[in-house]
Amino acid sequence: MGTRDCQHICDESSPAIGEAGKTGEWRDSFPVIDQGKCLPARQNKASCFLCWLYCPDAVVSKTIPIQINMEYCKGCGICAQICPANAITMIREQGSCLGVTT
Amino acid sequence: MTEKEYLLPGNRTCPGCALSLAYRHILKALEGQIIETVPASCLTVLHGMYPVTSVTVPCVNTPFATTAASATGLVAGLKALGREGLTVLAIAGDGGTHDIGIQALSAAAERQTDFLYICYDNEGYMNTGNQRSGSTPLGAISGTTPVLGKQQNQKDIAAIMEAHDIPYVATANASYPLDLYEKVGKARTIRGTRFIHVFVPCSPGWGFPFSDTVKIGRLALETGWVILYEVEDGVFRLTSASESIAEKGNLKPLREYLVEQGRFKNISEEQIETLQRWVNARWKRCLDRAASSQRPPNG
Amino acid sequence: MLVNKKMVKKGSARILDGNHAAAQGAKLSRVQVIAAYPITPQSPVTERLSQFVEKGELDAQYIAVESEHSALAVCTSASMVGARTFTATSSHGLAYMHEMLHWAAGARLPVILACVNRAIGAPWNVLNDQQDSISQRDTGWIQIYARNNQEILDSIIQAYKIAESVYVPVMVCYDGYVLSHTEMPVDVPSQEAVDTFLPQYKPHTILDPANPKNYNLVTLANPRINAEGVLCHGYMELRYLLQEALQNSREVIIKVGQEFGQLFGRSYANMFWENRLDDADIVIVAMGSLATEAIVAADMLREAGHKVGVLGLRVFRPFPKANVVKALEKSRLVVVFDKNISYGLEGATCSEIKSALYGTSATAAIRNFIVGLGGRDVKAREMVDAVNKSLLSMKEGNLNREYPEWICAI
Repeated sequence: MGTRDCQHICDESSPAIGEAGKTGEWRDSFPVIDQGKCLPARQNKASCFLCWLYCPDAVVSKTIPIQINMEYCKGCGICAQICPANAITMIREQGSCLGVTT
Repeated sequence: MTEKEYLLPGNRTCPGCALSLAYRHILKALEGQIIETVPASCLTVLHGMYPVTSVTVPCVNTPFATTAASATGLVAGLKALGREGLTVLAIAGDGGTHDIGIQALSAAAERQTDFLYICYDNEGYMNTGNQRSGSTPLGAISGTTPVLGKQQNQKDIAAIMEAHDIPYVATANASYPLDLYEKVGKARTIRGTRFIHVFVPCSPGWGFPFSDTVKIGRLALETGWVILYEVEDGVFRLTSASESIAEKGNLKPLREYLVEQGRFKNISEEQIETLQRWVNARWKRCLDRAASSQRPPNG
Repeated sequence: MLVNKKMVKKGSARILDGNHAAAQGAKLSRVQVIAAYPITPQSPVTERLSQFVEKGELDAQYIAVESEHSALAVCTSASMVGARTFTATSSHGLAYMHEMLHWAAGARLPVILACVNRAIGAPWNVLNDQQDSISQRDTGWIQIYARNNQEILDSIIQAYKIAESVYVPVMVCYDGYVLSHTEMPVDVPSQEAVDTFLPQYKPHTILDPANPKNYNLVTLANPRINAEGVLCHGYMELRYLLQEALQNSREVIIKVGQEFGQLFGRSYANMFWENRLDDADIVIVAMGSLATEAIVAADMLREAGHKVGVLGLRVFRPFPKANVVKALEKSRLVVVFDKNISYGLEGATCSEIKSALYGTSATAAIRNFIVGLGGRDVKAREMVDAVNKSLLSMKEGNLNREYPEWICAI
């Protein structure tokens, strides 16, 4: 199959989510939010949302409850580190080949 | 802060990438009302591979040395066509700013080109695998200083840009996104050449766990390696946590920052002392400048 | 070809040097962004353009860039936004922008560049030869050479029409000092007439936050499917399209040359200038101002009884293979004068002529003479001697020599 259906005469790229594929597959641990500790969830009003602010990949929603897009979350763990209420824990993915767990 | 995201998930940056974090907020502060130009750099990779891109803003990729010249062309083209209301954003790494791109940047500033230039500084040529740049610190191991570590300290690009007498020069840090957001938003409203130097720690390049990106950036500020300030029409002002430290506290020893990173594993005591002296001297200069800015003109 | 005299718009007769003619061409084309770094012998071009802009005679953004590399980067990005752009340079300046030449062509942008042909170092030499632009023949630009100052002005105007219809950048080359600093009568078209001839530039690129696109991102080796499921071109396919555009531009070049003729009375509906080729069995090939000198040489040879014609190559890229074959297939001797050399082989024009004739019924002996490097004057008498020498040596029986001969003092 040829590429003549492509109308480009030069390299012109259009925006789409998941340019690098499902980057959620990269991670070996994933964040879990304890809604009982999360400040906006507890108070049921907008506050904190530092996890949303500091997520490099914009996969954290600024909603109550906070949701994390697991298809694309790379498991960097910044949200867990930054949460002032210690509401986020990083859990090892099952099947990870790394031996030691924290 | 606008909730709209201009950076789409599922892009190629490393987990915990400080550039990605900073870039998210830069685009928000500009509300995507930009035409940007990007040289060869980590950002190019963040943007993806043809025909799919991970950003929802118009972008012109340009060869490595040309970022500021490309931006000049965008500004001139928009002016010629009578198109107004957009910010021309040049965004390059330290390689594209301090080294190969410095000629074009200096000239664009001297011509008083009306654009915003943001340098995201991960202190090395990270896109090509961490070779030393003009911003790599003294003592750091890199791909091209693999055994002895870099023998010279970094150049101070913000000071170099201040010497061009441009209306706005500022430093920022990915670990302080609200300060970055404010500065970009302010720069957006200023006419003329505006320069912002953003500190972005690099997990694989510097040798620290990617979950620690924000922590490392904060440590850099708390030890004085990074100072947050802005110079608006020649008036100097410390901002954010640097302002707080200046008022209330002292800097932590630089060692606390260096010891967290694999790239400094071979740094000598002598080099640490040299860096500490350099940090101290620069901090003192900033304190003096901040103090003299606050004094009223005739007293 | 008949030209409708009623349609032809009269210009104004002026005495202009080549640099001024180039500047006038850009001005009449209503260029919108100019970035040209001064270099001998081009400097008067950029100076005159800055004069036009500062006096308000030309409504353009004049950017005093700090290098040629930046000059072309400015033009490339301005062209992407949709502005009509112009730059000019010579020699080392052209070499300095080499990377950007590749980029502008690959990005398919109709930037126009005037190259004032000058020798390249080492050692330093500010005088004329064509090594600079010949060295850039692989970059994907259309390359046109002017024989005189009229052709400089006319070619620049036509270049915009050509470039903006095929989306390939165009380089108009003319000899430094020989043309750039020599005054000649030039008919300068009226602005009105040029406005009729040149439509507005319609960019193929969109730079608009409402419809965001990312241009010239990294490509992979193979074609890749986009978000809509269409198999998009890979790098190789995009480059194929550039070659295709250059191949197809031949028709556009001729059509534009014809339209120019109808409006201004001077036709450019050709890929090369033909002088007495119809009955010639010996053909001299030359490019630029040398093609005019070649006509004088041909006159002298004709007086001595030889049937000599001149093929004055005008469009070097795309190389007009088919046209060249048609012009030379009956020749018995082709003498190619090159003001350049591809070191380790021969003059570029000669190689390309040979490549065009390969596999055809042409049986001409081809002789290559390297002339005029570094501003060395080339006299018609010397060209005559070269042709005579070639005629003598044809008795050797070999069609080609391994390496070219040089007309110099060694």
